[in-house]
Amino acid sequence: MSMYNKIKETQQKKCNVSKEHINYLKKLRQRKRMIVLIQISIVVLLTVLWEALADVGVIDSFIMSQPSRIVNTFMNLSENELGLHLWVTCYETIVGFLLGVALGTLSAIILWWSPILSKISEPFLVVLNSLPKIALGPVIIIWVGAGTQAIIVMALAISLIVTILEMLNGFINTDTETIKMAQTFNANRMQIFTKIVFPSNIGTLFNSLKVNIGLSLVGVIAGEFLVSKAGLGYLIVYGGQVFKLDLVMTSVIILAVVAAVMYQCVVILEKLFTKTMKHSA
Amino acid sequence: MAKKALELCNVKQKYQAPNGEIIAIENVDFSVDEGEFVSIVGPSGCGKSTLLSIVSGLIKPTEGSVLIYGKKEDSMSPQIGYMLQKDNLLEWRSIYKNVILGLEIRKMLTKENEEYVNELLKTYGLYEFKDKYPSQLSGGMRQRAALIRTLAVKPKILLLDEAFSALDYQTRIAVTDDVYSILKRENKTALIVTHDIPESISMSDRVVVLSKRPSTVRSIVDTHFDIENRSPLKCREQPQFSLYFNQIWRELDVHV
Repeated sequence: MSMYNKIKETQQKKCNVSKEHINYLKKLRQRKRMIVLIQISIVVLLTVLWEALADVGVIDSFIMSQPSRIVNTFMNLSENELGLHLWVTCYETIVGFLLGVALGTLSAIILWWSPILSKISEPFLVVLNSLPKIALGPVIIIWVGAGTQAIIVMALAISLIVTILEMLNGFINTDTETIKMAQTFNANRMQIFTKIVFPSNIGTLFNSLKVNIGLSLVGVIAGEFLVSKAGLGYLIVYGGQVFKLDLVMTSVIILAVVAAVMYQCVVILEKLFTKTMKHSA
Repeated sequence: MAKKALELCNVKQKYQAPNGEIIAIENVDFSVDEGEFVSIVGPSGCGKSTLLSIVSGLIKPTEGSVLIYGKKEDSMSPQIGYMLQKDNLLEWRSIYKNVILGLEIRKMLTKENEEYVNELLKTYGLYEFKDKYPSQLSGGMRQRAALIRTLAVKPKILLLDEAFSALDYQTRIAVTDDVYSILKRENKTALIVTHDIPESISMSDRVVVLSKRPSTVRSIVDTHFDIENRSPLKCREQPQFSLYFNQIWRELDVHV
């Protein structure tokens, strides 16, 4: 029924569209296309320039690498163990990310539940938040051992505090009138949380997921710099040590793609979630 | 004599703050009969809303007590429904899900009560919108949905805390009429807090005028209109209306 109505509505709209509106829509589309076109040309232009300048020797391809050499390295790598390195980094990032989100949200819930606990922990959280977590690297390695676990803990350390602060802030700033409405039905704290506070903060949760996916990747790469036998961070450090800039550049580009894909995954998840929760008007 | 639905006995409310004590309400004493509509007006900041929160049980009074059908309640009484200024509909829930929120929280979600909700939705013209979301409804309809959410738990007494002040003027007049007729039809008792004098006269049988802080009952004005099928809009057309307005205005003693 609603589907039918929607079709009818759009049909009616189509009939009533004025010439100006069609022109307006056309301009909008053209503008969008132009922006994408320029973005692509910038990438192509820079790549071609880089390649050409390296060919004529204006820039030294030994320390700057070169697009064609990057492609070669990539081909070589994909025949060898690119899959393994990619998998290790993704696995560590996702585990660190999920742990950070879960533990961070859980801590935020506990702190929301007990305002006194939240007040007590405030200065500690602020200090921990401003502390560069990478400084904890050696400590983490000694405590949990050199290996994957140390890298995951590093990712967790970087994303955890931010998640706690952001989620707690969202919980605390939930509309008090809405909470009062629930209280007029004699809602207990549990009901207020599950029915009002948490659903009001789905947006906050997704925002913190978006921030966290990036932070977890930072933690994993930093961890891999310190201690690893595989992963993109390992490739970058190894490439730097043996002066294989082709390998370093290739890994960095792959890393950029990985980061973008992971971020997009969260964006898609958010879209799917809001769609199922509420089919928009 | 009619049964007393609500009795306020010597209610006093003190607030503690680091820079001293504030007495918001002192010796407030009045009662509301069953089926009666009573309004509370007073200068802004005089503690009208605090008084309503005390009646509802959300706040405990420092002294004095509130009796609901002759009984003192320890927490939010199920006999009381509370309507706030905003409709506070939850955007992520459909209208139906919004309307049954109170039943859900009070753990009263039975087949019988769901049927009652459906009946309310049908009677008050929201049944076709039950699967829509709050953002798809007009302000008046949203307020009606909020009222049905309150009525769903079958309260006997309704507390309205500036329930219409978030609406624009025209919608507000219409919604006032709407809510009045619904409440009368469902045989509810109502205690209404408002800063709008015409609204208080048109909606209620009695108007309680509070003084400035610490607020006490300054006077109680009985409003009589000799009309059949009384409605807020009809009251506004009556000659007595402006007399009551002037009387309440004088009692309020407003100085700028």
